[in-house]
Amino acid sequence: MSEQAIKPRIEKIPLSEQVFRKLPIFLVPLLALAGLIAIGNPASWLTLTVAGLAMGMMVFIMASGLTVVFGLMDVINFGHGAFVTVGAFVGFTVLAWVAGWTASPSVLLNLAAVLVAILAAMLVTGLLGYAFERVIVMPVYGDHLKQILVTMGGLIVAQQMIHVVWGPDEMHLSRPEALQGSVVLGEAAIEKYRLVAVGIGLALFLAMRHVLKKTKIGLLVRAGVENGEMVEALGYRIRRLFLLVFMTGSALAGLGGVMWGLYQETITAHMGSDIMVLVFIVVIIGGLGSVEGCFIGALLVGLLANYTAFLAPKVALISTIALMVAILMWRPQGLYPVVKAK
Amino acid sequence: MLTRLLSGDTPRSSLLTVLLLIVLVSLAFAPFLFPGTKSLETAARICIFIVLVASYDLLLGYAGIVSFAHTMFFGIGAYGTSLALSATGASYWSLLWGTAAGAVVAAVFALAIGLFSLRVKAIFFAMVTLAVASAFAVLVSQMSWLTGGEDGLNYKIPRELTPAFKLVKDKVFDVRINGKLLAYYLVFFASAILFLVMLRIVNSPFGRTLKAVRDNAFRAEAIGYRVVWYRTAATVLSAVMAALAGSLLAIWLRYTGPATTLSMEIMIDILLMVVIGGMGTLYGAVLGATLFILAQTYLQNLMGVAAEATEAVPLLSSLVAPERWLLWLGVLFVLSVYFFPAGIVGRLREGARGR
Repeated sequence: MSEQAIKPRIEKIPLSEQVFRKLPIFLVPLLALAGLIAIGNPASWLTLTVAGLAMGMMVFIMASGLTVVFGLMDVINFGHGAFVTVGAFVGFTVLAWVAGWTASPSVLLNLAAVLVAILAAMLVTGLLGYAFERVIVMPVYGDHLKQILVTMGGLIVAQQMIHVVWGPDEMHLSRPEALQGSVVLGEAAIEKYRLVAVGIGLALFLAMRHVLKKTKIGLLVRAGVENGEMVEALGYRIRRLFLLVFMTGSALAGLGGVMWGLYQETITAHMGSDIMVLVFIVVIIGGLGSVEGCFIGALLVGLLANYTAFLAPKVALISTIALMVAILMWRPQGLYPVVKAK
Repeated sequence: MLTRLLSGDTPRSSLLTVLLLIVLVSLAFAPFLFPGTKSLETAARICIFIVLVASYDLLLGYAGIVSFAHTMFFGIGAYGTSLALSATGASYWSLLWGTAAGAVVAAVFALAIGLFSLRVKAIFFAMVTLAVASAFAVLVSQMSWLTGGEDGLNYKIPRELTPAFKLVKDKVFDVRINGKLLAYYLVFFASAILFLVMLRIVNSPFGRTLKAVRDNAFRAEAIGYRVVWYRTAATVLSAVMAALAGSLLAIWLRYTGPATTLSMEIMIDILLMVVIGGMGTLYGAVLGATLFILAQTYLQNLMGVAAEATEAVPLLSSLVAPERWLLWLGVLFVLSVYFFPAGIVGRLREGARGR
């Protein structure tokens, strides 16, 4: 009798279902192909595609924290944009301090300056995330209405504090020498900074996937997304886990803010709330709580925004709304719906 | 008679009654009590925002839905009226059909957004409306051939509503009885009627069902109410009311632009007014809008004085600078969501019940 171990029953998912689930992956190349046909000229298509991917990666960096926070704790943070803005301002302040490094022709010093700026921004926004979670979000767990209101209030206060600390004017800063100019590939000119942004975004996505799929913390986060109470019952403090995720998400928003600021070379106190529109669209398209969906959604939005800005500039923002509507018609819960065991 | 007019929803607190009466009397006799252009502007703004905030409360307080597209509906109403006035001339007819068209368009938009995003999850609605509203604002500022872009529209309204029209030759109580005064009373009575209509709506069986849906959607569905239908209906109603308030603004200002109707700042103002005044009671909208607009107009002067007084202290003086008044309102907003979710009106009613 004892020989007969109880085998766990693993449900086999039929092939058609598996293919259906994987379908969204093909949307990005499909959109790129459609863009090539619509634009016609391969050189400008390449430039636009790289620009779109860079934009998508930056939006993904900002959106990823938001979506995991929602998945894990059912908290939607409307003040997420404040972290983007604060990150950008801190990063720019640091870059202004080390102006000698950014202006020098040495690539290493340039990159060191950017790295220092990014680290400072992530540190500040991470700590701010801690404060935000403790003071603003914690008292209103489980109440969506109050969450939206309170985080919106936090956004207002944070935006005003930026005015108090950095003054009402916008900040200008040119990128370090090494990140200026562009690479010429055939007939297409590709800005160096966009390639760097794509690289950072891709590395971050892979790192995030690795952490979520291969480490214990990632396992706990994924388990928490599916069934938080069960994780708690097994003896893990999900609140502490959540705080960690919240801080990481805030730090990533700060990183996104620095990158976006360097991309635009101008930052304002309301840049965070402006970009939050795109971030929300991405999070909705991807399916609330899903990192992969968020990644694909961000790339789709970035590519579409750049293609339409070239083809028909007036409808650029409307096109992303149309994309959201189309995707929600197809999959009402977003590209990769997060399965909750509740 | 009075109870009937208020649809049985009396203030239920003597202090609240007194406050509401003060607001009502001041607004009704504003041109005579507070002569001057600036105070009349403020009074008309208060009237219009009472309707706008009450219509938002219909959604937020009674249905428990957070929308960030309320200024979009407000703007649709304002642009409807102003486009009709500038396209077909300054007649009452174009004023009427423009207002009606604005309300209908707002209703259709609200129906589409509601059916589309309330179906899935209530939290979707907040995010979708934020995205749609900002796209709409961009669209309006880009379609300059129709809407005048960022500059907005200037247009003529019927002559009887402009300062050039004199109703009585002499001054009455030192006040000129001209078309501007007529326009003010048009705004005042229209706002009062709209407010009473909304009071009727929230105290009807429909309003009660809405509250049931807000408090426990699952249970309401189980009893047999179509939750999606009720939520969408609330969205459409509040959108129509907001559009009508927008039309009033268009008539009053004789100007419509993105900054006065569609901007995110106004959306945040509305949110602050509802929460500070009191969610889930329309009287909260009255107090919230009145206090907020008075603060917006007069508190900034006070803060200017405070900033000058504290000039020697570097950080403090920039904290109390007049431009930073939103900071303090933001703090007040967060605190009131935590500690007084029912706002000023809720506190007053609680106090009355405790005694």
